[in-house]
Amino acid sequence: MAISRQQLLLRIGLLVLLAWPWMSQWAGSEYLTTVMSRVLIFAIAAVSLDLIVGYGAMVSFGHAAFVGLGAYVTAISAYHFTESLPLLHGFSGSNALWVNLPLAMAVAALVALLTGLICLRTQGIHFIMITLAFAQMLYYLFVSLDFYGGEDGLVMAGRNELPFVDTADDRQFYYLCLGLLLGYLYLARRLVDSRFGRVLRGARINETRLRALGFNSYGYRLVAYVIAATGGAMAGVLLANQTEFVDPGLFSWQLSGELLVMVILGGLGSLYGAVIGAIVFLMLEQWLSAWTEHWMFFLGPFLILVVVRARHGLLGLLSARSEA
Amino acid sequence: MLLLIEQLLNGLQLGFMLFLLSAGLTLVFGVMNLINLAHGSFYMVGAYVAATLMQAGAGFALSLLGALLAAGLCGLLVELVVLRHLYRRDHLDQVLATFGLILFFNEGVRMIWGRQPLFMDTPAWLSQSVRILPGVDYPAYRLAIIVIGALVALSLWGLIRHSRLGMRIRAGASDRQMIAALGVNIRWLYSLVFALGALLAGFAGVMAAPVFAVESGMGESILILTFVVIVIGGIGSVKGALLGALLVGLVDSLGRAYLPGLLQVLIADGSANALAASLSSMSIYLLMALVLALRPRGLFPA
Repeated sequence: MAISRQQLLLRIGLLVLLAWPWMSQWAGSEYLTTVMSRVLIFAIAAVSLDLIVGYGAMVSFGHAAFVGLGAYVTAISAYHFTESLPLLHGFSGSNALWVNLPLAMAVAALVALLTGLICLRTQGIHFIMITLAFAQMLYYLFVSLDFYGGEDGLVMAGRNELPFVDTADDRQFYYLCLGLLLGYLYLARRLVDSRFGRVLRGARINETRLRALGFNSYGYRLVAYVIAATGGAMAGVLLANQTEFVDPGLFSWQLSGELLVMVILGGLGSLYGAVIGAIVFLMLEQWLSAWTEHWMFFLGPFLILVVVRARHGLLGLLSARSEA
Repeated sequence: MLLLIEQLLNGLQLGFMLFLLSAGLTLVFGVMNLINLAHGSFYMVGAYVAATLMQAGAGFALSLLGALLAAGLCGLLVELVVLRHLYRRDHLDQVLATFGLILFFNEGVRMIWGRQPLFMDTPAWLSQSVRILPGVDYPAYRLAIIVIGALVALSLWGLIRHSRLGMRIRAGASDRQMIAALGVNIRWLYSLVFALGALLAGFAGVMAAPVFAVESGMGESILILTFVVIVIGGIGSVKGALLGALLVGLVDSLGRAYLPGLLQVLIADGSANALAASLSSMSIYLLMALVLALRPRGLFPA
């Protein structure tokens, strides 16, 4: 056969995801569709994080900041719309997803641009810590916004609307999430295979040489950081819509940590790995927590085992067998 | 003025507690090039064991000893079983594995001690207040934290600068292969340094137990502060950790005490309080961002 084992597995995976709502209906629990929507949303965030961690060696420990920003922009915009309160001059919020999604991504991009200018001056563990610092600042900022619920968060009146799609229907919402994930994956794939992606990877491997070739690696990194932020914001918008609720916990460093774990678990720098990592991590969490209250006691050693045994994450484990 | 002195002391107290935690973390990073997210777990183990022994009526000295032993042993075991395999790995692998350790320890503690937080009494001879200046009373226990923290800092400095072990630690940090070639058992040196770091973290846990609630996950909230400290100080530098810890402690305490009043002068309406609360929580992160923006490798790059 012409295709590798990895590609075969990915195609089977895609088919399973496409058929998932029917399979869960057949299994008698529509709840599984909701669970998988959530997984797909986190997969979008993980893929966007993999763009900078896996290809640019920028280990961000504050990616949840952009998830939180996306979620809050949506919720605040919808809140002003339903309460008919003016938000900014001439704009009093919206309940349309096609307004809120680009708006959220634009806000996240702007914040990423401003913080990235500072963060990217540092490297390695310092970069990890400074991205964490900015995320924590945003966390405390939103805790203090009493007008939008402060620590208790903000409940949305319902999901944002979209023409031709009934977002309130869980199955249609699932396909919306899947469509956005596949779209984002496609764009991300095109991006890393482009000249831009090559420069980014080059900067990871040997920055001095790349600079000698005349590339401004700082600029490339900054653009990648901004693009990743928009992916995080997209996930945030969807997450807010799914749960119809936002709270400052979305900015928490725990969420940033979990996103990193998903990316590393699946396998760095492969984009698909991030999707696999999100699926395995969240499903394992779901399955173990149904089985025992002390699921973390077993998830922890599992993660350690993956690190010690599988050098390039789960995707690496799957692909390596095909070569053997 | 009296408030200022009290807040300065609070800042020093938080600072020295953070120093106990960050000294181990920064040594482990500097000597073994290992990022250990699970460092807060040793702090938690120390606090739990001390609180349990105190409740069983073992007395403070015995509780402290038991907690130090437990934390040190945990550190040694974790190093031997898991982390030993990860020294040559990528930092990201270390992050994932030690994240797994956090989950394991937090849940393990919940399985043993349950979900309810424990409370630990201060030992009787430290539970009064001390009059440090006319009109200023300060809890003796918090004062003891400052004194002990300063003593530990001093002895750690002596250990690293003036003992044979310290010389080897410093040599191991600068050239692993060379010191192994000179006949030092580098594996045991690493285990020892790691256990020492865990022991110090456990010490901080005992100090913190009567001040904060002893609960599962208590290690992570302080771990983030600890990372802030070692990044500000410069990773791998114990001197930097001391300075960073005191800086963070003071900025945090003084920010919480003075920002609300300051902002009420600037902003007249009611939003000043909420803003001040978030600004004072943010202050140490602002400090870190500022330090890194100006000196991308911290105050004392190792």
